[in-house]
Amino acid sequence: MSEEIKWESQSDMPLMAMSLGRMTVNKTGSWRNLRPVIDKEKCIKCGICWKFCPDVAISIDEEDYPVVNLDFCKGCGICATECPKDAIEMVKEE
Amino acid sequence: MQKVMMGNHALSWGAKLSRAEVIAAYPITPQTEVVELLSNMCADGSLKAEFIKVESEHSAMAASMGAAAAGARTFTATSSQGLALMHEVLHWATGARLPIVMGNINRAMAPPWSIWTEQTDSIAQRDTGWIQIYTSSIQEIMDSVIQAYKVAEQIYIPTMLVLDSFVLSHTNENCDIPDQDKVDAYLPRFENAYRLNTDKPAAFGGLTGPDWYYELRYKIERDIQKAIPLFTETGKEFGEMFGREYGLVETYKLDDADVVLVASASIASTARPVIDAMRKEGHKVGLVRIRVFRPFPSELLRKLLAGRKKVLVIDRNISFGMSGAFYAETKAALYNEKKAPPMWGYIAGLGGRDVPLNVIRDMIEQTIAEEHPEGDIVWIGVKR
Amino acid sequence: MKYTIPEQEIMCSGHKACQGCGATLAMRYALKALGPKTILTIPACCWSVIDGPFPYSSVGVPLFHTAFETAASVASGIRAGLTMRGDTETNVVAWAGDGGTFDIGIQALSGTVERNDNVIYICYDNEAYMNTGVQRSSATPWGAVTTTTPPRHFKKERKKDMMGILAAHSIPYTASASIAYPEDLIKKVNRAKETPGAKFLHIFASCPPGWKTAPELSVQLARLAVQTHVFPLYEIYEGRYYKLSMDPKKKPIIDYIKPQGRFRHLTEEQVAEMDKQVDERYDRLKEQAERSKPWFEKQKKN
Repeated sequence: MSEEIKWESQSDMPLMAMSLGRMTVNKTGSWRNLRPVIDKEKCIKCGICWKFCPDVAISIDEEDYPVVNLDFCKGCGICATECPKDAIEMVKEE
Repeated sequence: MQKVMMGNHALSWGAKLSRAEVIAAYPITPQTEVVELLSNMCADGSLKAEFIKVESEHSAMAASMGAAAAGARTFTATSSQGLALMHEVLHWATGARLPIVMGNINRAMAPPWSIWTEQTDSIAQRDTGWIQIYTSSIQEIMDSVIQAYKVAEQIYIPTMLVLDSFVLSHTNENCDIPDQDKVDAYLPRFENAYRLNTDKPAAFGGLTGPDWYYELRYKIERDIQKAIPLFTETGKEFGEMFGREYGLVETYKLDDADVVLVASASIASTARPVIDAMRKEGHKVGLVRIRVFRPFPSELLRKLLAGRKKVLVIDRNISFGMSGAFYAETKAALYNEKKAPPMWGYIAGLGGRDVPLNVIRDMIEQTIAEEHPEGDIVWIGVKR
Repeated sequence: MKYTIPEQEIMCSGHKACQGCGATLAMRYALKALGPKTILTIPACCWSVIDGPFPYSSVGVPLFHTAFETAASVASGIRAGLTMRGDTETNVVAWAGDGGTFDIGIQALSGTVERNDNVIYICYDNEAYMNTGVQRSSATPWGAVTTTTPPRHFKKERKKDMMGILAAHSIPYTASASIAYPEDLIKKVNRAKETPGAKFLHIFASCPPGWKTAPELSVQLARLAVQTHVFPLYEIYEGRYYKLSMDPKKKPIIDYIKPQGRFRHLTEEQVAEMDKQVDERYDRLKEQAERSKPWFEKQKKN
């Protein structure tokens, strides 16, 4: 995970616009209106939701269940659409 | 080694002696011999380089950027329309801080079609952040390529080497080709500290908001200004090693001169015998040839020109609606000087119109005759 | 878990893509196949924003942002520079949108491919200038509405056959791929990695805001594009030998059209016209694939 980079003056920065950190500083979870909720009862651990997540926000846990990283999930709902068992429900964020 | 060669070939030899590793170029009259010779050098193995035969000048500069970003010493050459086509990527090369060296043969812009010399093509690129060196002899062309890399690579600023179409590009002179060992000692291998490196992945040139873009521009200006002392230092070192010294400007019979002619490129060479002749007649005339136009040597010019009786500037270029660039900038450099001399601006030799001895003499004589400059610029010899 | 695509993630979270962005999936998959020994150059396109602002990046490999029309030339330059510094291993990839590929960058691309420079050019095609707010490109399909082809004057020109243009260069390898078929996409990136010379991949990437579609449908629509023969998946070897990656039984084109706001204005007749164009093109592809069969059989034997 990257940390936010802060400078005081131009002398702290690189010579040109050269990246020094990763975009994981940007918590895109705040964009979300709908949150994916996984029903482990229905889940067959196929990994399709992981495969089609554009935000790399789904990981697979030790028991092979998908886990959504709500820091980054933008709530697009592709996982829910692609799930062959309808095991993911998009729930409105409070 | 001594060899008689044309200016274009001196440019190629300069690239070869500098051990350019990637060349990306597109042919245009009057630059073609530069790329032809380099192609042959790459083909016969005398120059170990990748030659990318691109489909346009825009791609020539783009490919040069890629090569320099990958860490290679990169060379290209163009002229006129080709340089204009590169315009967008010239800015890019500067912003990306890529020390590419490029030869530009000064050729007038169309329409109408012209292949003859005029500086408007390179002058139009003066705001792209490239260093600009205006050369005045075949030997200087070759030597300047080597010096250009030495300066550019220390400050990560690209450098344009400029020579007159035909007058320099296709004129043959005897050249001293320096020993490769000595050039290698003068110009070490390029190590781009900011190269694209899979061991240290970084993105270059990403979106930058108003909070830091300004500072990045400041750094470019700060670093291009470093070229001022660097040209003097590296020029001295070049002199010590190769017996030919180069600086920001070149002066001729300046010490006691009342009237100073400021010129560049081949016009400055032609001016010397005129100055000799007029000196014999009792006129205290001297010459300043501006060699490095970007960064503009303002401080040095103030030192050399303040307190003179009169200064005239000859421009083989025109910024329409204003004046010649050398005139405008010399004048600007001296504006705040208490002893700023009156300055005459002459436009001459556009589109390759010959600027012979007598025309240069006319301009100096007119300057001497007039008490004060009338109007902004004089179009010398225009058929009215 | 048995993964059907490489587990390794090179692209990271936190990037600036819209919800349901197909171009981002394309990058995620491509990088999985390319691996960390890869250098990217990206011209003006959605990805110049998606990657993130200075001083951050999300691709996880070196990236040179470049001017709109220069992706291919910069890639050629990077390759030459690496070669001179003794690196022949690193993948050099130009990553551009359809505007930077079909339109403004086609000259540089043609140059790079004609010289057969050892680079991979990947076009993620979202079928319009999405980054500037959905203006038509020459990759926009017939019938689509964009901000420069409003409903009354929807796009009346067909989508440019970019793969055909590349094939005419005798490019060693070119393939179309889709974000809906990541396994196939990754296989093709791997083939491109293994093939010397110039390679071109044309990846179909849905764009919810540009197509006026729901973000959750991005993958489904990309799949329907293949299933309705709108965007066939195929490879061309040596610019001559065509191979369909799949030949699905055609689904009605309306299944693909209907969920998309950009096609909402089309009448039944106009949809029929679009369908006719799709069939013409698909039939031609099938003929080309049929003619190429002996060559592929010969390759198998060798």
